Amino acid sequence: MSETVATVVGMTRRFGTNTAVDALDLTIPKGVVYGLLGPNGSGKTTVMRLLTGLLTPSEGRAEVLGTRLPGNAEALKRQVGYMTQGFTYYRDLTVFENLRFIAEIHDLPARRKRHRIDELLEAYDLREQAGRLAGALSGGQRQRLALAATVIHEPKLLFLDEPTSAVDPETRRGFWERLFDLVDLGTTMIVSTHLMDEAERCHRIAILDRGRKCADGSPRELMEKAEGRVVEVAGDDLRHIGRELAEHPDIASVAQIGARLRVLVAGAVTNSEATVAQALRGHPDVSPRAVRPNLEDVFVLATHGAAR
Amino acid sequence: MISARRTMAILRKELLQLRRDRLTLGMIVMIPLIQLVLFGYAINTEVRHIPAAVVDQSGTSLSRALTQMVEATQVVHFERRFATVEEAERAIVRAEVRAAFIIPHDIDDRLVRNSSAFSRFAPPAQGETARPVAQWIADGSDTLVAGAIRSLRLMPLGELFREPTNAPTPTFEVTLFYNPEQRTVVNIVPGLVGIILTMTMIMFTGAAIVRESERGNMEMLITTPIRPLELMIGKIIPYIGIGLVQVFIILGLGALLFSVTTAGSLVTLLLVTLLFIFASLSLGLVLSTVAKSQLQAMQMTVFVLLPSILLSGFMFPYEGMPRSAQLIADLLPATHFMRIIRGVVLRDAEFADLGPDAAWLLGFAVLGLIVAALRFRKRLD
Repeated sequence: MSETVATVVGMTRRFGTNTAVDALDLTIPKGVVYGLLGPNGSGKTTVMRLLTGLLTPSEGRAEVLGTRLPGNAEALKRQVGYMTQGFTYYRDLTVFENLRFIAEIHDLPARRKRHRIDELLEAYDLREQAGRLAGALSGGQRQRLALAATVIHEPKLLFLDEPTSAVDPETRRGFWERLFDLVDLGTTMIVSTHLMDEAERCHRIAILDRGRKCADGSPRELMEKAEGRVVEVAGDDLRHIGRELAEHPDIASVAQIGARLRVLVAGAVTNSEATVAQALRGHPDVSPRAVRPNLEDVFVLATHGAAR
Repeated sequence: MISARRTMAILRKELLQLRRDRLTLGMIVMIPLIQLVLFGYAINTEVRHIPAAVVDQSGTSLSRALTQMVEATQVVHFERRFATVEEAERAIVRAEVRAAFIIPHDIDDRLVRNSSAFSRFAPPAQGETARPVAQWIADGSDTLVAGAIRSLRLMPLGELFREPTNAPTPTFEVTLFYNPEQRTVVNIVPGLVGIILTMTMIMFTGAAIVRESERGNMEMLITTPIRPLELMIGKIIPYIGIGLVQVFIILGLGALLFSVTTAGSLVTLLLVTLLFIFASLSLGLVLSTVAKSQLQAMQMTVFVLLPSILLSGFMFPYEGMPRSAQLIADLLPATHFMRIIRGVVLRDAEFADLGPDAAWLLGFAVLGLIVAALRFRKRLD
């Protein structure tokens, strides 16, 4: 894990007065799935576009697969694959025609092209759909086609922008299986997402909020760091209690999960269970209990600091 | 530098998309077909049967005979009769008639003194003034209508008295080449090639690049190693073929329906048409790199199309325009093509005769392609 494929130093990108990415530092080791976790508008797509050379940074620099950015991004385009958020292949071409087109655009020689298309149709379970128009495929099939087309030239580094936001959990599992197959072959991936179950699958994640990096590390590390800051409250009249707790200065966030309230306590507090209990003095019939944090708690705690 | 494989990939993709786009395929054939039939039959600068009124203040058999003679020219058709000039003028205001023929009460007297009626008589004696026989008032706002009415000014009247028509010796002898019967359609058919190609070629390519952006495909294309010039060339080649099909439809139907046959060599025709198609396509590509949506591309096409119709010499002669308008017209590929295509189709001009205009088209095409390729950025900022 010592080898790095991408290093980002102080990268900033402004659009007019709006700063989409603010002084970002990232180190992405080889052979991992690196997640960029953040809400909509947090700058995930901009980061990907900066690292693929589609956008020029306003400040800072990066080195991706040995190519310095800003610089000659064209050389980089042969080594990376970028799967955009929407389906950007041709809906009025068939699966086979799309793959052939992309193979030719990547200048694959005729034999290699045939072999590769054949291989991908098999690996991505698209053989039966080869003659169908891409526009007529189901969401999952279209997603597989997009991935197959993105990896046709065997990129060393893969950018996936919210790859499974639009598909059902079952399809998502299958899709991730294929991603790990690619990792097994030595591919590095940068995946943006706002879905917790997707983020949990990453080796490492960076949490972005309004263009700033709030935290990074492996999901487990991040969850351990948030240990002791999550308290669950069970009882009656939760809506009312929830509103009351949200007013408390030491409480970062309150969210109702079914018949429970999940209370996140601000970082400065040492004993969170006691803090919540104190805040609930007027309600003897409810009981607070400290629980293990999940990734969503980590995410909310990380982005909460920036919000205040 | 340019990869043939990538260019071919774009070309093949365009053809596949075109094959599945029934509406565009239909337009390729229907636009030239309908426009040719429409313009071929509709545009006629020789005006006939203009609705007119007659105000007969004399009411004699002579005035009635004169009215019939005028109507026999087929220039006007008398639809109304009025007692006074004022009524006739109001009819012109209401656009019921375009002109009024006013026969004064002393028509007999006037006729006798008029040389166009009695050529064998001596010209009027000194001090005696020959006055016009009658008067026309016409809505002169349309110069073609006005011109037709004016052509009646020197109408010979000998027939009125069963006299032989006096044919004055013309000052000049005029021989009309290439269109001796003076049929408007002869000029329209080759001109229509230029107009229809301007319209379809600019419209199709104008939308070509924008469509990729609108459907999101551009986001994918720019992350591949494709070069701008490969994309441009791959995109315009299919449309060159389409342009040639349209030329074939227009000139073929022109020969079939309107007997406008191509006088020049087909090789020259092919060469110059290719030049013009190439120029129009590269203009379309430039527009496509400027436009943000297909709608904008369409609006820009109209912006180019209108001056191409009105200033290129398609409808009105280039020579009649003021210098400043000619300068604008010179910027339009259609102007140069209009001269070339009429030269080839009507006057059997050789390629060498068309040198300057052909060179201009080639220069325009190459420049356009370069500008489009330079303007196209594989970046999002």
